[in-house]
Amino acid sequence: MLSTTANKEAVENFSEQLEVKGRSLWDDARRRFFNNRAALTSLVILSLITLFVVVGPMLSQFAFDEVDWGAMHAAPSLASGHYFGTDALGRDLFVRIAMGGQISLMVGVLGALVAVLIGTLYGATAGFVGGRTDRVMMRTLEILYSFPFMFFVILLVTFFGRNILLIFIAIGAVSWLDMARIVRGQTLSIKGKEFVEAATVYGVSKWAMITRHIVPNVLGIVAVYATLLVPQMILFESFLSFLGLGVQEPMTSWGSLLNEGAQTMEIALWQLMVPAVFMVTTLFCFNFIGDGLRDALDPKDR
Amino acid sequence: MTIAEKELLLDVQDLKVHFQIKKENAWPWTKPADLKAVNGVDLQLYAGETLGVVGESGCGKSTLARAIIGLIKATEGNVLWLGKDLTELDDKALRATRSDIQMIFQDPLASLNPRMTIGDIIAEPLRTLRPDIPKQEVSDRVQAMMMKVGLLPNLVNRYPHEFSGGQCQRIGIARALILEPKLIICDEPVSALDVSIQAQVVNLLKQLQREMNLSLIFIAHDLSVVKHISDRVVVMYLGNAVEVGSAEALFANPQHPYTQALMSAVPIPDPNVEKSKEIQLLEGELPSPINPPSGCVFHTRCPHADAGCAEEIPSLRGSMEHQSACLRLEELQAG
Amino acid sequence: MTLLNVKDLRVEFTTPEGAVTAVNDLNFSLNAGETLGIVGESGSGKTQTVCSMMGLLAKNGIVSGSAKFKGQEILGLPERELNKIRAEKIAMIFQDPMTSLNPYMKVGNQLAEVLVKHKGMSKKEALAEAVRMLDAVKIPEAQKRLNMYPHEFSGGMRQRVMIAMALLCSPELLIADEPTTALDVTVQAQILALLNELKRDFNTAIIMITHDLGVVAGACDKVLVMYAGRTMEYGSADDIFYRPTHPYSEGLLKAIPRLDSAGEELPTIPGNPPNLLNLPSGCPFQERCHRVQDRCRQEAPALHNFDAERLRACHADANQILEAS
Repeated sequence: MLSTTANKEAVENFSEQLEVKGRSLWDDARRRFFNNRAALTSLVILSLITLFVVVGPMLSQFAFDEVDWGAMHAAPSLASGHYFGTDALGRDLFVRIAMGGQISLMVGVLGALVAVLIGTLYGATAGFVGGRTDRVMMRTLEILYSFPFMFFVILLVTFFGRNILLIFIAIGAVSWLDMARIVRGQTLSIKGKEFVEAATVYGVSKWAMITRHIVPNVLGIVAVYATLLVPQMILFESFLSFLGLGVQEPMTSWGSLLNEGAQTMEIALWQLMVPAVFMVTTLFCFNFIGDGLRDALDPKDR
Repeated sequence: MTIAEKELLLDVQDLKVHFQIKKENAWPWTKPADLKAVNGVDLQLYAGETLGVVGESGCGKSTLARAIIGLIKATEGNVLWLGKDLTELDDKALRATRSDIQMIFQDPLASLNPRMTIGDIIAEPLRTLRPDIPKQEVSDRVQAMMMKVGLLPNLVNRYPHEFSGGQCQRIGIARALILEPKLIICDEPVSALDVSIQAQVVNLLKQLQREMNLSLIFIAHDLSVVKHISDRVVVMYLGNAVEVGSAEALFANPQHPYTQALMSAVPIPDPNVEKSKEIQLLEGELPSPINPPSGCVFHTRCPHADAGCAEEIPSLRGSMEHQSACLRLEELQAG
Repeated sequence: MTLLNVKDLRVEFTTPEGAVTAVNDLNFSLNAGETLGIVGESGSGKTQTVCSMMGLLAKNGIVSGSAKFKGQEILGLPERELNKIRAEKIAMIFQDPMTSLNPYMKVGNQLAEVLVKHKGMSKKEALAEAVRMLDAVKIPEAQKRLNMYPHEFSGGMRQRVMIAMALLCSPELLIADEPTTALDVTVQAQILALLNELKRDFNTAIIMITHDLGVVAGACDKVLVMYAGRTMEYGSADDIFYRPTHPYSEGLLKAIPRLDSAGEELPTIPGNPPNLLNLPSGCPFQERCHRVQDRCRQEAPALHNFDAERLRACHADANQILEAS
């Protein structure tokens, strides 16, 4: 029996690679990501910034809304305890930047999360179900696209007052649209793959098809897009704050700090520069991490 | 054993698959055109035999396979599996027959979910259709099946991208066989593999067929492979079966002018044969399946066509052993 | 006259996983009007061989050795000179014609552009010449087709356009990388017939890269069998097909089903192609070879002459293999 011997030989051939545990695509991606210096450095810096933002307020003797009457527009100094100086009202910038960072990062991450959740569900459903459902869902999306969202946000804010929750809703509502489109496209391409056909042949249910075959395979691109979405969210929030539609005083965010700093930059440059440095660094880091993730998850697409 | 004594597994009757295609420069409300991918095919498959389906790209052979297995809805016609019409069964009733008919795909890597371990991939059909089988038995069966297709069982936790194309195709075969089906539809199972691996996979399929008493529908564009593995062969052109017969009869004496041209075009790895052989080059190009020629679909490129061929649609004629759909069959045979 | 002489050609890639030798000390020569078939499985280095000669290697590829075209060294030529040779002396066609045709440009303009640039023709002359060339590759109604875009052609027709484009400057060497792999057999037969005619009419030398031994039998005078970047056997087509002296060529020939013979169990080559990152020491084919000896595991067999015309790299006795087949 020639082929039996051939099979045996094939089996023997495999036995040389007696490594039982496999490397999943995720393992591969993690290895590639950690080999990417720029991404890794960014991850470290971002972690430090996050740490600062969380514990910063505890390290200082001042509270974020406490006015130091003796030090208005004070320049940064170690001696006075105002490490980053104070603003026009004499509030400590070190604490305010940490507090503002909490708001900015939270808006960024939660906004991106909302966008990812709605977008992924919407896109995957449209792509997987297809047909008329897909067409109706996509046209709805296009209608939402053409809606002037700045106008929508201003309306919300004027009716309900300035509220952090409102900002989440407004930002999340705008940004899931792109996500939905991306996920739908990915879903369509995965749906055409032969492994999905194979699963159909042995009768895998719709739910198992989505959770076992479709979602794990779109997750990579979702992760990449989500990291790139965070800086977008932060920028959007600071844009709203800059227009005065953001968080309510005395609470603050990096965007509102920039706004205040810009008004006094001729006399007190640090009020603009310090929050600007934090914001720019954070945005850079997120972008590098996003790039690193993309390279790690899809090495062919460099 | 003659054909009449064997058990009839699958009987495809006048199967048509038409796709609705948007015309160019069309308004949204214009009626879409019909792309006739499969246009009235009859075929029978008996227990334990291999039916080869050959034809060039665009002849509808893959669509035919997908329509039989239910991946694509048939527009017209019946697919009788042991007497039951699969085209009329609902999803629930289909589940019962699913474990009888399985499929192997062309691209070995694309047919495996890259995020699943191969153990999970091979076990998935069992877990889906026989959820009552205990875990331990599933894993035993998976390991036994891996041995059977020439994979080491201790590789269950590996991922598809760690395997070569030939190994991936073995995984695909194991997944198809785990339900112990009666019929496997192989859609170009070796065309994406290296030459030295093709022979391994073909031999494996033949061996498994003997051991498990499988029937195969083997779809390929490579006539040599089809000849090698098939008991009976169907030649397709533009959505129609133009010639059907036992492999011996059909390859020894191709009757339809298209089969003849196809066979003469196959290069043979023998320099002297190649130098001396005469190739019947086909004129022109494959007509569009949106607007196929009237009468015999091959008449636009047939070297023997006459006026009648454009008018009358030929049907398969001949003995049980060998049939072809050519209007001028007798004249051409005579001389 | 020797048109192309390749000596000790070696191509290495640096990858994150380590260095990979894709082509390992390759030697061959080609005369005008001859066809050389390079046969091998995926990853055997057949495409990298020609890409390295044409200066088309990926950025992480390093080439060494020598490739002399009519006595002139073409490895490491500056881009400008290489461009001139690529346009006028050596042409290349690929498996997928769409990779080398601009999808946004009419076919006529693409053909004419080459002539205007390299032959200094006027646009009008160039278009006339383009029509003549499309006629030569048997594209019906060539005049009309000038105004069509590449996607409006069928696969076979596109490959013809590619060939016409490759032949515009009447090259002396045509490199065809799997020119018919993506095509149906009847179309493949048409393209192969066309290539054979061109060879006859223009005395063009052809390097044909393919995995299909049937194509090689029909089209090639000489055959180079590659495995894992190395030459396994090199000789005339008749020798390789009727009197192979290497277990790999022997195995390949037996493993393919033939349309003109009865179907028995196919004798296979066991195992899988090796991973170039992790080649065994000694002969790369040892794991799959049924004539493997202890020596094969220690030292890689050197390429040596079997007879005047033929080179082989194997420790096993050639006469023994000849007797067996």
